[in-house]
Parts: sequence; structure tokens; C-alpha cells
Amino acid sequence: MKRIRTRSFPPGVQYLVCITGVLAVSGILFPASPYIGYRVVALVMLMTVSVIAMFFDILPVMTAAALSAVIWNFFFIPPLFTFHIDDTEDTLLFLLYFLIAFINAALTFNIREAEKKARDREEKDNLIRLYNTLFNSLSHELRTPVSSIIGALDTLRENRDTLTEANRNELLAVIGKAGFQLNREVDNLLNMSRLESGMLRLRPDWCDMNDVVHSVLRKLEADENSPVRYLPDENLPLFRLDAGIVIQVLNNLVHNAIHHTPPGTEIRIGVSHRDENCVIAVSDNGPGFPAEEIPKVFEKFYRLPGDATGGTGLGLSIVKGFAEALHGNVRLENQPEGGARFIFQFPAETTYINNLKNE
Amino acid sequence: MNNPIILVIDDEPQIRKLLEINLESNGYAVSLAVTGAEGLRTAAAHPPDLVLLDLGLPDMSGHEVLRKLREWYEHAIIILSVRDSEEDIVSALDSGATDYLTKPFRTAELLARIRSAIRRNQGPAGNMLLEFGDLAIDLAARSVKKNGEFVKLTSTEYKLLAALARNEGRVLTHQYLLREVWGVGYQTESQYLRVFVGTLRKKIEQDPDHPHHIITESGVGYRFL
Repeated sequence: MKRIRTRSFPPGVQYLVCITGVLAVSGILFPASPYIGYRVVALVMLMTVSVIAMFFDILPVMTAAALSAVIWNFFFIPPLFTFHIDDTEDTLLFLLYFLIAFINAALTFNIREAEKKARDREEKDNLIRLYNTLFNSLSHELRTPVSSIIGALDTLRENRDTLTEANRNELLAVIGKAGFQLNREVDNLLNMSRLESGMLRLRPDWCDMNDVVHSVLRKLEADENSPVRYLPDENLPLFRLDAGIVIQVLNNLVHNAIHHTPPGTEIRIGVSHRDENCVIAVSDNGPGFPAEEIPKVFEKFYRLPGDATGGTGLGLSIVKGFAEALHGNVRLENQPEGGARFIFQFPAETTYINNLKNE
Repeated sequence: MNNPIILVIDDEPQIRKLLEINLESNGYAVSLAVTGAEGLRTAAAHPPDLVLLDLGLPDMSGHEVLRKLREWYEHAIIILSVRDSEEDIVSALDSGATDYLTKPFRTAELLARIRSAIRRNQGPAGNMLLEFGDLAIDLAARSVKKNGEFVKLTSTEYKLLAALARNEGRVLTHQYLLREVWGVGYQTESQYLRVFVGTLRKKIEQDPDHPHHIITESGVGYRFL
């Protein structure tokens, strides 16, 4: 249930609502009083104070309680329009009314406070659960490359004389690969914290997307097992975008495709300009994605069930974060011809500059 | 000739050790400084041929060290910086850094940058004929040949190519190139630069999609090889 966040109302508004509430209810009750009797009126007004106490701070509620007591006395208890009370029973009633109104207000307020505390605790528990997931996944993803590096180094050091040249090279390759993996994970963590802290500042500039994609492809490690292809579109306009972010997105999508498809799967990148949007597609001809898992892939720490290839589960959630930062979106679909396709698109200014030839 | 002296200013012991071993085994004399103040003192006492300067120092910002160094020091200064700080890099290049490398960097790349920066310490060679593998540029005749054949360039394309080629191996920021080729007032018109780099690549590169001469340094500028 979504709670109404009334406590954030400024005090002025709270007092205003409390006082007008009591006045309005008394106004309605006044003509009815001869028929229902002033003692029933007291019950209705107590209920009004209860309702008010559910929403507002303690002081405005106490004010409403006091005001309702005074009004009941002045306008409803005979003799009318005086604070004087003839009957001893009515005097007792009036005092009781005062007491009940205050206790009522205080209790309702306390219940609400307790509820809020319980809710805060629940939120904190959720946060702790989230962090535990993060630490489990991180400690695994960071420790694996660190263990590889330390293990390979020890082997190199302690078996200096017995290792063959081929073994030595293999161990060096292990260290290199682990280093790059660590670097990628650290990049992801930094990006995630940039996104979460809201510190992401966009620096858009005119970009040749063909050049941007090629610079991503150049930086891919040569020993990746899957070929990544890009067919540049000569008719693409220049886009005004933050190249650094688009490069991170492409990196994450391409690495995701490489690491979660069988070796040899062909990965294709496509860039197009559609409806004022820059559209980037990364597709593969691998086995595709289980349909029921598709809605979950962009969730933080999500990993495909039974997937041993690891990853922190941050890469795609960062892609989604960047898509939102660029006022765009990202989605995953299975292609009719097989394989998965990620489509990342965002609005971007374009220019063709046609008259440059007349320099 | 004595070995060129390189001053390393970096507060990370491991990086200092790594650089020291690499540089010494490649024939450079190395001096080390842990803080900006120490770096400035060492540079003044024994002026090096090149400074490797980390931007994140404990006592003062690398930018400040760079500015103070540039008040009198004319040789190469290569910036070492962490990733995702293109703005930092561009501002360091604008205030006189010769080149930059982002950590983690590859040793081969570091050595190539150092070689090319030290070569340029001698000032422009005054050579009017520049050769880059399959490409030859005659600055006197304003002519360009690829594999021995003349390449027809527009005057802006030629100006851009000449500006790049005269600074072989060095990264040139977008702003610098726009100012050099198009003039003051065009520093923000990066779309011109993109378009002309594209057409220039089509004319001088064997494979414009995998350029070997005009290299893109994302978010910073271009480098000519």
C-alpha cells in the first residue's frame, strides 16, 4: 500500500487543514444537532480528530482536539453560545471529551510513528540484502582474476628452471587476461557509482559513429574467440553525443555477447539513424535468450541461471543506466532468424554538412 | 651522447618501480620523485630530457606542477592519468603537456610516446619532405603522394593534413586543430573536423575504416603516425 506522505507538508498547511477540517465538520453538525443530540455530535467530532491524527504532526492535531472541545462546548452544549455548563453530567462529559481527544490524538500519532520505524527497518534490510549480493558477486569476480595473477606469478617464480617456454607463455597470458578482466570490472564499478551518485555529466560533441565503433573494435583484445563485425554506413550523419558513454555501452554489449555465447559466434554491430534517434544494435547468431528471462536481464546483479561464465551482473544494468541518462532506452529481443539482439537508442541531434565542398 | 634523462613524478611505489625498470632497461637514465614539490626541485636541479607526470599527486595537483614546470621547462612532459578523465587530459594538453597516457598503459605504447616526444625536443627538423610509409608530404610544394601517386586534396584538407603531419606521433586536441586549420572562432565547430578527417582518411588511408595514419583519440583529439 502506498502511504500518503503528509508529514512533508509545511506546518502552515497542516494547521490550516486541521482547523478548517474541525470548523467544516462543526458547521455541518450544527443544524443537525437538534435532531441527533449534542452527545452524538461529540462522538462525530472525536472521530474527526482521529482522522486528522492519521495524517498530521502532533501539534496541529492537538490544536484540532482543543479547538473541537471548545467548539463543542460553545455551540453544542446547552446553554448555547456560552462556555458556561449548567449540568454536572455535561461538565464531566466536557472534561472527558478533552481527555479522550488528546489521548486519541497522541495514540494515533504513536501508531503512525511505529509504522514508520518498521518501514525504515524493512528498507534497511532490503539495502543490506542488496549489498550482500553485491559483495558476494564482487568478491567472486574480483578474487578470481586476482587469484589467477598471484597463482601464475608463484608458478613462474618457483618453477623457474622446470617450466617449458610454452608453459611460461601460457602463464603470462593468464596474468594478462586477468589484468584486463580486473580493469573491466573496476570500470564497471566506477560507472555504476557515477550513475548512482548522479554525478554523471554528459559532454556531447559531434561524432562520426563509424569512427567511434572502429575505435571500440580496435581496443578489443586480439585473443577473443568470437569475431565482431561492423558494416559502416557511409550515409550516416554526424551525431551530437557523448562518445565516452557510447563507447562504454558498446564495450559492455560486445563483451556481454562474447562471454555469453559459444566460441565462434559471430557478433555484429549496426548503427542507424531513425526518427531523430541514434540506434545502435548489437546482435549475435548464438542460441538466443530464454524468453522468460528477457525482462530481467537489465536488473542489477542479474545473472543468467546456470551460467558459469560469471560477470558481476553489472554490465547490462550500466547500459540501462546510461540509456536513461541519455533519455533513451535499451531492449533485448530474440531475432526471428535466431540469436539475440540488443537495441540501444537515444535522441541525438544530427548534421550532414552538405556544403563543405564549396570551401 | 649521454643517455636521455627521464624524471618520473608519481606517488605510487609500484608504478615508479615499473617505470624505472622499463626505462632503464631501454637505455634511459631515470630520476624519481614522489611529490609535486620534490619533482619541481629535482627538475630544477638536474633538468631532464622528459618528464613523466602523474596527474593525481598527494601534495598538489598535477596541473599545478605542469603549470609551474612550464614557466621555464621547454622539453617534453607526458601526462599519466586514470581513465574517464578526458576533460583533465585536454586541459593538461592545453596548458602545455606534450602527450598523455591513461593508466593502465601498455609498455610498448609508453616507449613509443617517449621516443617520439624526445625526438621532437630538438625542435622541428625543418624537413620540408615528410615521409610516413606509403605517404609522402612535400610541404614546400604543398603536394601529397600515396604509393608514389599524387593525391588531390582541397586546401582545407591539405592544411589539416600538414598540421597533423608536422606533429607526428603527438596527440593534437580538437580545439588546437580547429584553431590551426579553420582559425580563431571555430574552436567549437567540431563537426567540420569530423567531416574533414573522414574525407582525408578516404584519400590517404589504405583502409579508411582501419586508419594507420590519422588515429582517433576518443574525447581528446587525433594523432598522426
